[in-house]
Amino acid sequence: MPTRLTLRHITKHYPAVVANDSVDLVVQPGEIHAILGENGAGKSTLMKIIYGAVKPDAGEVIWNGVPVHIASPAAARQLGIAMVFQHFSLFDTLTVTENIALGLPVDTKLDALAQRIATTATQYGLELEPQRHVHTLSVGERQRVEIVRALLTNPQLLILDEPTSVLTPQAVEKLFDTLRRLAAEGCSILYISHKLDEIRALCHTCTVMRAGRVTGVCDPRQESAAGLSRMMIGGDLPVVTAASRRPGALVLEAFHLSLEKNHPFATALVDVSFRLHAGEILGVAGISGNGQQELLAALSGEDTRVAPDAVLLDGKAIGGLNAAQRRNLGLAFVPEERLGRGAVPEMSLASNVLLSHQSDATIRFGMVRTGAIDAIAATIIDRFRVKAGGPAALARSLSGGNLQKFIVGREILSRPRVLLVAQPTWGVDVGAAAQIRAELIALRDAGCAVLVISEELDELFEITDRLVVIAKGRMRAAVATAEATVEQIGLWMSGLEDGSAGEAVMAGNNDNGEDPLHA
Amino acid sequence: MLSLQPRATPSRLMSYLSPVLAVLLTTMCGAILFTLLGKNPIAGLSVFFWEPIKNVRGWTEIGVKCTPLILCALGYAMCYRSAVMSIGAEGMLLAGAMAAGATALALDQGSGGGGGALTLIVAAGVLGGMGWAAITALLRDRFNTSEILVSLMLVYVAELLLSYLVSGPLRNPMGFNFPQSRLFSSGFLLPTLIPTTRLNLGFILALLATLAAWIFMSKSFAGFRLQVGGMAPLAARYAGFSQRRALWTTLLVSGGAAGLAGAIETVGVVGQLTQSMSPGYGFAAIIVAYVGRLQPVGILFSSFVMALFYIGGELAQSRLGLPNAITGVFQGMLLFFLLGADVLVANRLRWRA
Repeated sequence: MPTRLTLRHITKHYPAVVANDSVDLVVQPGEIHAILGENGAGKSTLMKIIYGAVKPDAGEVIWNGVPVHIASPAAARQLGIAMVFQHFSLFDTLTVTENIALGLPVDTKLDALAQRIATTATQYGLELEPQRHVHTLSVGERQRVEIVRALLTNPQLLILDEPTSVLTPQAVEKLFDTLRRLAAEGCSILYISHKLDEIRALCHTCTVMRAGRVTGVCDPRQESAAGLSRMMIGGDLPVVTAASRRPGALVLEAFHLSLEKNHPFATALVDVSFRLHAGEILGVAGISGNGQQELLAALSGEDTRVAPDAVLLDGKAIGGLNAAQRRNLGLAFVPEERLGRGAVPEMSLASNVLLSHQSDATIRFGMVRTGAIDAIAATIIDRFRVKAGGPAALARSLSGGNLQKFIVGREILSRPRVLLVAQPTWGVDVGAAAQIRAELIALRDAGCAVLVISEELDELFEITDRLVVIAKGRMRAAVATAEATVEQIGLWMSGLEDGSAGEAVMAGNNDNGEDPLHA
Repeated sequence: MLSLQPRATPSRLMSYLSPVLAVLLTTMCGAILFTLLGKNPIAGLSVFFWEPIKNVRGWTEIGVKCTPLILCALGYAMCYRSAVMSIGAEGMLLAGAMAAGATALALDQGSGGGGGALTLIVAAGVLGGMGWAAITALLRDRFNTSEILVSLMLVYVAELLLSYLVSGPLRNPMGFNFPQSRLFSSGFLLPTLIPTTRLNLGFILALLATLAAWIFMSKSFAGFRLQVGGMAPLAARYAGFSQRRALWTTLLVSGGAAGLAGAIETVGVVGQLTQSMSPGYGFAAIIVAYVGRLQPVGILFSSFVMALFYIGGELAQSRLGLPNAITGVFQGMLLFFLLGADVLVANRLRWRA
């Protein structure tokens, strides 16, 4: 029986880097095959070659025993290869159905397609409204569109690039069931991830890559997480320990915070209350699109529509202040999108310092002090080990992980009393992620109040002191992280517990943040 | 089928060279155009590129034409770098001309004038331009109307208003019913820099404005805020920079600059109000701004090229018997080649079966 896919000596050069250096890969029919590696290891390039989006400089591709040249993604789809990209290829102005129709024959009926999308989505536990416009979807929801799009084509080989970061643990289990069923039906799956536990739970074979080369092939079920991690990064990870501490004074409070939708598909916030103290990390868990974006915008000052006294900093009503005014009071913020929100892509790192450092140190008589912002950028690069050409490097020239380190560093360096962080390690390689988490913990230990909104439960359990859950715009009472279980949090995240929204309202009302209800 | 593919890293050098390339291609096509029209291409080109600069008088005329182009283009550059897409500097210029002209007529009783009066007149022009721009800003701010359409339509309103003023309230009663105002007396005219030429103080003001714009855009925090708003609106909100403030600032400053240009034309060049205070400076300045890469220093150079086209077009009428439309043809070719070159700097052309 021929292999489903064999790659021999695949090589791809880019100016300045060798993305793939003589890579071999064998995928059997019905096999779930993990590709493990840090960002920049060459996983994405290899997948794009298989998917026909990138042409290799050298090497052979053998599909079901026949040598093939995959000239384009369309050709790949013809062969039965489907891919879910890490960076989404969706048109903002079209609906979910229209986006999916783009990859299908021209005569596809949209109504029937919408029905199929809904059926497939339900079947795999991916909540999705086919008629919604993509620009109204959160990151996590967009990924669901991509997954459903791929599943609709009944592929023989399904490539998934970091698919689980936006799912609840229950939904991950559901997806794994789906993938196992697909595999049992003979569909091969290439599963790109750096979540070692998932790979060990799901995959039959694992190919590890480092710096464009294959550094090992193993059965992940036989390996320990530490062993896999060593193969991936060529060393041991720094260990993050979240020592529990007694929290300090109340710093930031949301008090019956409600916010209308500002577009039809936004999530309204309903009566959200929580308290954040100095010297603690409060985690906000939730499936993407349940009001996290809206909550962040209301807390950061990007959205000033809330009642002034719905957000209190040191007891002072700040709901009506804009982001710059709140920053002056000691509130710093790391947004979910790095390029275009946390940083201006076309500007230098030094100029990007000015987005959050607006003080006498950087501005004198209305003029920018170039020397000062250069020095701050250089300090960030040095202290947070950002790989960049220097303060003059454009923000867009940095990799995702390095830019995130720069932004987190920039906010930490402004010595905030409150730091709000959204998705601190989204799309960041494991090394950088560990470093960012360690920085957040160091900041907490120094007495800063930190709020982390994340869709990655592992991360929240690793670094937070207390957890709240947001579902459908309502907030669930805080629990001490040490006493929470993944199952319980996951259930709250789904918003289905007890089947009533009234329960969530009550929980929100009772949240005084000091005595966890669900201890 | 031909298709465009974005280049991974567009060349920075080429993006600065593309205006030069556009000027060269315009020149070449100009030569072809002259040949097709039955004129000697060398003679035709020399009318555009040599005649205007062969003596001091020629240079002073270039300075006269550059002044409104520079002022309007600086305003455009600031708007465009903040993603405020005004195209109505012509209307703001005319509003400035009307305000300055009306003030001059009110003050001018046949004698007097001088620095104080001129300051008032120029200030009125600046305020006139700002007021005109404020209409666009207000409609955008309150009703989210397109600033492109509103500013453009207000150009035609300004033209008609000027036409009404010089044929009605501000018409010279002794002027045989010509649609013109009185000529201002000498104390109400901007001093000339070189006697017997038309080059006046306005040119110095334009140069100072260039310097101020350069400092504002590249050194000041306010300029930085505007550019962040233009490049990444979400980042501007993240940083706490107000988009409304950016809208009002850019439109008022560009309106003020265009109004200043109108005042300079009125009391520096024309010396009265007429129906045609501007041969389309406010529109040509859009091309000047883009050819100058939205940089103040670049605008100095591109306004020079555009001034050549204006003077060359006038000369082509008298020397070669060509229609005045030739100026517009050259302007159009320049913009076309610039945009074309920019597209090819950012993309590569591929043949796809």
